[in-house]
Amino acid sequence: MDFYREQILDHWQNPQNFGKLAKADLVVEQINPLCGDEVTFYFKFQRVKGSKSQSKISDVSFIGRGCAISIASASILSEVIKGKRVKELERITGEKVLDLIGGPVAPARLKCAFLPFEVIKKLTLPALTSRMTGRQGIDN
Amino acid sequence: MDIAKIRKDFPILKRKINGKRLVYLDNAATSQKPIQVINAISNYYKNYNSNVHRGIHSLAMEATQSYDGTRAKIAKFIGVKDPKEIIFVRNTDEAINLVARSLGNRVIRKGDEILVTIMEHHANFVPWQQLAKEKGAKLKIAPINKEGEIDIVEFKKLLSKKTKFVAFTHVSNVLGTVNDVKRLSTIVHRQSSDAKVLVDGAQAVPHLPFDISKIGCDFYAFSAHKMLGPSGIGVLWGKRELLEVMEPYQLGGDMISKVEIKKSTWAEIPYKFEAGTPNIEGVIGFSAAIDYLNKIGMTNVRKHEIELAKYAFGKLSKIPNLRILGPKDPNKRCGVIAFVLNVGLNGTLRAIPPHDVASIMDSLGIEIRSGYNCVQPLMDSLSIGPIARASFYIYNTEEEIDKFADGLKKVREIFQFNSKVKSQNSKTQLKSQKFNNFKF
Repeated sequence: MDFYREQILDHWQNPQNFGKLAKADLVVEQINPLCGDEVTFYFKFQRVKGSKSQSKISDVSFIGRGCAISIASASILSEVIKGKRVKELERITGEKVLDLIGGPVAPARLKCAFLPFEVIKKLTLPALTSRMTGRQGIDN
Repeated sequence: MDIAKIRKDFPILKRKINGKRLVYLDNAATSQKPIQVINAISNYYKNYNSNVHRGIHSLAMEATQSYDGTRAKIAKFIGVKDPKEIIFVRNTDEAINLVARSLGNRVIRKGDEILVTIMEHHANFVPWQQLAKEKGAKLKIAPINKEGEIDIVEFKKLLSKKTKFVAFTHVSNVLGTVNDVKRLSTIVHRQSSDAKVLVDGAQAVPHLPFDISKIGCDFYAFSAHKMLGPSGIGVLWGKRELLEVMEPYQLGGDMISKVEIKKSTWAEIPYKFEAGTPNIEGVIGFSAAIDYLNKIGMTNVRKHEIELAKYAFGKLSKIPNLRILGPKDPNKRCGVIAFVLNVGLNGTLRAIPPHDVASIMDSLGIEIRSGYNCVQPLMDSLSIGPIARASFYIYNTEEEIDKFADGLKKVREIFQFNSKVKSQNSKTQLKSQKFNNFKF
């Protein structure tokens, strides 16, 4: 119960970057069928100046329905990744995600905390990084 | 009914969860097991473990006697005459799949219709949905009324000469509604003489006294694990004349009468549907569970649950902004209370996510279910997302319902506290840390 700290409740009540992004380059949906939580992330990418292959996340937003933990995690992660290079996202680990949301959660709730993280992980897949300038959607 | 005495038979109820005495309110998912059931399974392995139907030695005979003897016990318990109409399966889902495959597959043709209701568990929805899809048949869905009961007028309208199968639940696992399955079966058979009726009894057999033979359905499916028995064992009851013309569901050992190089013939019912070594321990545990329920008496079980439901409704009605699904009359429902708990934030009501409700409850030792509860079409039709659910059984007490109600208040306190602090700030500004400049 300790994980119902201010940070999580605050972001659940006021999710940041919440809403659809018009003209997104990429839309990624992630569902947890066990609890019915779902998040959809919208990304816009920009080529990094002076680099031929690297792009960065110029804008990000999400919509979703879920528990306080998954929504707070999505809200916090959306803030964290905005402006970051896609390559940098490889450095995010589960541990870091837990740090960001303020500490550990019960084992049964890890899936909730990591639902948005699953989306971010997909961004670093080689198959996706090559397509990041085109607009398209993928499902899990 | 001596609840204190009953509770002593359930070792798990002494357990502590997060330092608190366990309050188990997830009985619609599975019930706990009394020591009598646990001992019966252990006794089988200690004293007469053997395969069934195969050997002529003493152990094989004892095991076979226990296994097949349970059919007669079950038949009597559910009010059917012929024990051979009792088919052992893994669970309710498998029972329904068996009928959809072994009979549905044969009788459903292009353009035929299958009728289910919107309150079905996925177990009694997906097999029919897929069968209809494969055969080019039409899946029709009967709606419910505001009370959470099947809309009989609409149900009648959806029946036609093309209807070949009608499947509905006896008791809803979310709304708690007890459907008038006798009336529904009569309507079906009167309007569509060809149609076969299957009743999903997973939530009914554990809680209600009734005879299947009086319903007038063609098939009835249920599981042992929701009625004090072990998991992995369930029952399909079907009318003999139908079971006899149905093809086997799975092929292999124990289900044949004669095997030649080029052809095989099938064993009699029920064995025709029970390929391979069955769940012997499961059946033996199930037998002990039925003994236990018989000792209490199903009429008493029902009475206890109506009393608990009445008490719970009284207690919960004092909690504001708590929406309970299903009929309000405890006599028309089972002890399943699915709910949405709302919290007022900045002047608007927001549903506290059910997973969070269940997590906080768990920290208090109270085990409830959260999620879609395997009824996604129903949730979508009611335009609500996942829900939380508390469900009772013979060992639950009014004191536990008090703890449950107090737990709900605690949940709301946690979710409301923050908003009180926040209301001094503007709506979009966060009190907590911002992460815009976070470095990995």
